[in-house]
Amino acid sequence: METYKNLKDKILETYSVNSAFLNQTNFLTGIRDKAITHFDTLGFPHNKLEDWRHTKLTGVLENDYSICIEDSDGNVDVNKFFHCDITDLNTYTAVLLNGWFAYKNTPITKLADGTIIASLTHALKEFPEIVKKHYGKYCDIEKNAFEALNTAFALDGIFIYVPDNVIVDKPIQIISILNKKENILVQPRNLVIVGKNSQLKLVHCDDIFSHTPTLTNSLTEIFVDENASVDHYKMQNNDNHSALIATTYFHQKANSKLSSNTITLNGGFIRNNTNVAINGENCETNLYGIYLVDGNQIIDNHTFVDHIKPNSTSNEIFKGVIDNQAKAVFSGKILVRKDAQKTNAFQTNKNILLTDEATINTKPTLEIYADDVKCSHGATVGQLDHEALFYMRSRGISEDNAKMLLMYAFTDEVITKISIEPLREKICQLVNKRLKGELSICDQCVMHCGCDEAVVFNIDMSKI
Amino acid sequence: MLSIKNLKVSINGKKIINGFNLEVKAGEVHAIMGPNGTGKSTLASAIAGKENYVITEGSILYKGKNLFDMAPEIRSREGIFLGFQYPVEIPGVSITNFMKTAVNEHRKYKGLEPLTGSAFLKLMEEKKKVVELQAKLSNRSVNEGFSGGEKKKNEIFQMAMLEPSLAILDETDSGLDIDALRIVANGVNKLRTKDNAFIVITHYQRLLDYIIPDFVHVMYDGRIVKSGGKELAFELEEKGYDWIKKELEEKST
Ligand SMILES: Nc1ncnc2c1ncn2[C@@H]1O[C@H](COP(=O)(O)OP(=O)(O)OP(=O)(O)O)[C@@H](O)[C@H]1O
Ligand SMILES: [Mg+2]
Repeated sequence: METYKNLKDKILETYSVNSAFLNQTNFLTGIRDKAITHFDTLGFPHNKLEDWRHTKLTGVLENDYSICIEDSDGNVDVNKFFHCDITDLNTYTAVLLNGWFAYKNTPITKLADGTIIASLTHALKEFPEIVKKHYGKYCDIEKNAFEALNTAFALDGIFIYVPDNVIVDKPIQIISILNKKENILVQPRNLVIVGKNSQLKLVHCDDIFSHTPTLTNSLTEIFVDENASVDHYKMQNNDNHSALIATTYFHQKANSKLSSNTITLNGGFIRNNTNVAINGENCETNLYGIYLVDGNQIIDNHTFVDHIKPNSTSNEIFKGVIDNQAKAVFSGKILVRKDAQKTNAFQTNKNILLTDEATINTKPTLEIYADDVKCSHGATVGQLDHEALFYMRSRGISEDNAKMLLMYAFTDEVITKISIEPLREKICQLVNKRLKGELSICDQCVMHCGCDEAVVFNIDMSKI
Repeated sequence: MLSIKNLKVSINGKKIINGFNLEVKAGEVHAIMGPNGTGKSTLASAIAGKENYVITEGSILYKGKNLFDMAPEIRSREGIFLGFQYPVEIPGVSITNFMKTAVNEHRKYKGLEPLTGSAFLKLMEEKKKVVELQAKLSNRSVNEGFSGGEKKKNEIFQMAMLEPSLAILDETDSGLDIDALRIVANGVNKLRTKDNAFIVITHYQRLLDYIIPDFVHVMYDGRIVKSGGKELAFELEEKGYDWIKKELEEKST
């Protein structure tokens, strides 16, 4: 086996060795080559970059990952080791196993209403015109190393196409599972297109079971056409050895509505980049997030809302409970361009730190070039409200339960925004359990990961 | 039931309660009146167990037990209830959830099974009627966005749910309109038995027309300076507190 100086060298080497294979699909040839060149120039992000100032990647990049360019799992029955915890959640599901579309026998599903759910590999072959129109059009491979890297290597992922005038009758659920014994780098690439006047609820679950270090660099582009509406839920429940860079680009056209919820219940290292380009008038954009972290976990949410056209409203609420030595970062950027008059843009980030070692770096950035706008942002870092605790205890509620109720209430503002009822109930329960320290990753994992010891991450009540 | 002897309480190094004495027996209603800032609410909070109050001297016995050995939640489960002068808003916690947790913790303490959902809701309905609390309030967060009067009614509702042996009502009448005052007072009277006791803190004699006290005490500078029957409240209403202050000055010189 060859040894590499570092991960970057290994990646570049892997690319050049496999370049012919990677470039089989014609229209991607130029794109991949460009992307790898950008990656080479940019290199992995480091702390001198403003966007990575508070989040160290070094630990993540020290590991030796194998870079799979071929699907080694073959045709596996995902049901054998994974059942969605949310039994009442009636969805169309698409599963990615270690980055590859899992249902080998049905790589393309067409619903009666014309909606397509497919493996991206197959979509490239079957619907090249649709894919080409949007693929890589919203991300920025010149600026962002991870996006360049994903673009250079992306081989599979989920493709969803909702034609014009369709209200998809059930939510579509993407389940991205990592379950491998070896260290792997996985780079799923998803593309979601929602046509004019159409409506889609999309649930995106990341479940990383592997107990070895893994690095997932996922990139998802979601196009929301005129007058369309998208409800997006990102559920993250990952093993502590895992690192996840989850980048999502939304592109909204006029009169469209987007609501995106990022719910992080567990994860070793998570960096979420959520970008929204509001490229049409009269749009509504809601970005919500909850993160509950403890131990040595790192959660970094970077959001960017780009108001390009006038008369739109964006609203952002992120809330976190941070225990032990866990680290959280929130960076919310709002850009209101010169043409984007009559923009309303609001942002809040609220945090509860449970220990002295827990940290949060929160930074709002407002760049406003239009003169007729309403913008506000606010960040709070605090402990639980002592007056409220005393009030509750004076009614006979134990200190632990009072703290639980308060923490739960703290996250409630975001949870109530979840519009899929069974999902909201399940998340309620998960958050509740998580706050009680009863639950590690998810019940699923404890049952199926093959790990001998159940890992329990406590939020230690006595420290609040 | 309650025996407070020579109680002295400081907050942040400042003496607030200064040699307070009070004996309350089952079946009694005591009214405490007194100028603003004389320590009435501090006394109430000290009985309920508020932290960061430093008890520098004295004792409080409740049903023969030392109160200082009990956490606030234990005091509550043992039957002490404080109706807050300023009820706290708890966004995100519904009254139903809040009360269910409280009632079931009380039951657990007594060795009883928790109430089922439907039994609990039935109890809520019943008790809401006692204070004519509007139905829609129970789905809202505790006190959040409640009007002043609604907050006070909510305190009495909680009292009715928990059925305390000793209830301390801190200015529950302030901010109530005339009808609400009557409703709240009736609520209290309905809960009154020979086995429980009330300490009613108020600024207005009017409340005492409805809740007839056995004793009226005047608190000044952190202690009781005068006690009497309900006629003392009329005297205060008429003459204010100056004459009491004068009496005190004369005594000290
Ligand atoms: N946390 C605190 N820190 C410092 N001083 C305090 C604190 N809490 C109360 N005090 C002071 O203690 C004194 C008594 O306050 P308290 O609220 O008990 O008065 P009160 O008799 O209930 O008055 P009111 O009739 O206005 O309700 C006041 O001077 C008040 O400012
Ligand atoms: Mg007071």
